[in-house]
Amino acid sequence: MSNRKHDRGGRTSPPVEQVAGNGLLDRRALLGRGIAFAGAIGTGVGASLTGAAAEPLKDDPWSQAAGANSKPYETRSRFEEKVGRILSNPNGEPRTSHARTPHHLINGVVTPNGLHFTINHSGIPDIDPDKHRLVIHGLVRQPKVFTLEALSRYPMVTQTTYVECGGNSAPMFSNEPLQGTVQQLHGLVSCAEWTGVRLSTLLDEVGVDPKAKWFVAEGADSLALSRSVPLTKAWDDALVALYQNGERIMPGNGYPMRLVLPAWQGNMNVKFLRRIQVSENPAMSYYETRTYSQLLPNGKAYRFHFLTEVKSFITQPSPGLNLKGQGFYEISGIAYSANGRISKVMVSADGGKSWAQAALQAPVMPKSFTRFRAPWNWNGGPAILQSRAWDEAGNVQPLRADFVAARGQTQKPPNMGGFPNQHYNSITSWAVDPSGQVKHVYA
Amino acid sequence: MFTRKPLLAGALLAGFATAALAQQGPNLGQPITEADVGEWNINAMPDGTGLPPGSGTPAQGAPIYAQKCALCHGEGGKGGRSAALVGKPPITGIDSPKTIANFWGYATTLFDFTRRSMPWVTPRTLTNDEVYAITAYILAENKLIGPNDEMNAQTLPKVKMPNADNFIIRFPDKI
Repeated sequence: MSNRKHDRGGRTSPPVEQVAGNGLLDRRALLGRGIAFAGAIGTGVGASLTGAAAEPLKDDPWSQAAGANSKPYETRSRFEEKVGRILSNPNGEPRTSHARTPHHLINGVVTPNGLHFTINHSGIPDIDPDKHRLVIHGLVRQPKVFTLEALSRYPMVTQTTYVECGGNSAPMFSNEPLQGTVQQLHGLVSCAEWTGVRLSTLLDEVGVDPKAKWFVAEGADSLALSRSVPLTKAWDDALVALYQNGERIMPGNGYPMRLVLPAWQGNMNVKFLRRIQVSENPAMSYYETRTYSQLLPNGKAYRFHFLTEVKSFITQPSPGLNLKGQGFYEISGIAYSANGRISKVMVSADGGKSWAQAALQAPVMPKSFTRFRAPWNWNGGPAILQSRAWDEAGNVQPLRADFVAARGQTQKPPNMGGFPNQHYNSITSWAVDPSGQVKHVYA
Repeated sequence: MFTRKPLLAGALLAGFATAALAQQGPNLGQPITEADVGEWNINAMPDGTGLPPGSGTPAQGAPIYAQKCALCHGEGGKGGRSAALVGKPPITGIDSPKTIANFWGYATTLFDFTRRSMPWVTPRTLTNDEVYAITAYILAENKLIGPNDEMNAQTLPKVKMPNADNFIIRFPDKI
C-alpha cells in the first residue's frame, strides 16, 4: 500500500521525509498522530519487523489469580533489578565512592531517586533529622540556627534541575576512545525535581553584610566537605533542598538537606548541609583549589569552573543496546546547559556530515535535562550517531576537535574509572556496525 | 544581578524598618552567637581569617605524621594508598598529578583540609598545635619553608606556594 497518505479515523498524517544522511527522518514523525513514512524510504519502515504472524494469545498465570498485596513503599518489579548504578567502591574501602546512573536503561527527564548518581568522599552519614542543624553565620547581622522542622515551615519552591559532577565524562579526555557504556562515560549526572527553601530567604533573615561576596557551605559528613560559592548564586536560584522527586532526599544525595545550585558544578551542591559562613572572600578549600581546578594544556589551571556548559549525549541506542535488525529506531538522549533552556538539538547518523533537528520533549525547562528524540530508519549499514546541543544563551556544544584543541587530551588512555580532567562537554559518537553492535568512537 | 537583596541587607544593617522586614519571613531561626558556632567554625582562609591560636614546627610534626598520617600517605609523605604529599613532579599534561608543591595555591588550604577532614578515619581529633605541626612538616619536606620554620596564624598565610599565580578564574562574571 502507499504510505503517502495513511488514513486514521479521518485524520491524515503528513508523509515523513528523510531530512539528513543515513536515514534520519523528520522529527515531525514523533509529534503525535500516526507515523506515515515517505514511500521513498522503503525498506522495513512501517512494515512488521519480522513479517511473521504473532502467536495466538492466551492467559498467563499472573492473569489467572489475584496478585500480590500493596506495600507501604513500592519497589520496582523483580524483573528490573538488573537496572542499577555502577559502584566504584562496592566494598566501602576508605576512599571515595561513585555510583553512576544507567542512562541507557531509563527514559524521560527525571532520574529515579534510587538511580540518581552519588559521590561520597567518606561514606554516607546516618543523620538523625531531628538533631541536624543548619547554622548561617559570618558576615551577617544575626547568626541563626535552623532545624529541619523550622525549615519545613518556610515557603518552598520546586525546580527540576540536574546535578553534574565536574568529573562526569572524564573518560572522554582519553586520547583513544574508551569502550564503555553511556553509564560508564556519562553516569555522573542526574536530574531531579528538588523542593526546598530559597537560600536568599534565609540570608535575608540573618542580614548579609554588604561587603560580603561569598558564602562557604559545609556538610555534616565526616570530611566536613566545604565549598565557596559566590553570593550572586544565592540571590539567583540557590536552594536549601529538603525533597528529591517529592520525597525526602536520599541519604547518598544529602539527607536531610543539601545545597542545590542549579546547574553548577556538582561538588558545590554541598550535601548534609550544616553550615553556611558568609564571607568577603572564598575559603580556597581543598576541593575548589585542588580537586576541582582543571589543568590546561599550557600548564595553567582553571579555578571556579562553576558552570556545566551546554552538552548532550545519546542514550538510546548506545553501547550495550545493540540494534536488532534494520528499520525504525528512535534516537533519544539528554541535553542540558547551565545557561538556561536547551534551544535546539541536532542529530547525525553519518558522523557529523549531515544533521537533522531533533524533537525536544516539552516542557523544556531551564537548567534541566531536556529529552530529545529523532526518528531514524537504519538501513543496516555502518552509521555514526552524534548529538549536538544549543542553549538559549546562544552557546553551542563544541565539536571534539575544537574542544581537544582548547582543553587537551591524555597522552595515553586512562583507566575507565579515572579522572584525567573535568568539565567535558563535547560530542559523543556511537558507531553502529552492520551486526547492530554499538561502540564508542571519536569521529 | 545583585540588586534587590544587598539593598535589603543594607537597609537591615542601617536599622531601617528592621522590625517590619523581619516580619515578612517566617523567622524561625534561633539566634546564636558567633562564639557558639564553636567547633563547627573551622574555615581557615588564605588571608589568615579563621586560623586558630597555636603553632608547630616540622620537627614537632614528623612524629605526629608518622603516627597519624603515614599509614595512608606513606613514610615521609611519599604516597601510599592515598596521595603523595611530598614531591614536585613536573606538570606535563592535563592529567599530571596535582601535588601540594606543584599545584596548590595556598598553604592555608593544607591546614584547613587537615584540620577539617584528617585523619580520614578519625577526623577532627587533632589539636590545633598538631595540625600546625603536621602542616609545617609537610611544607618543609616539600622545601616550601625552612626546616626550623614555625607555622602559626601569622606565618602560615605568608608561605609562598610555587604555583599560586597559574590559575585562571573560569567565570569571573559569576562572582
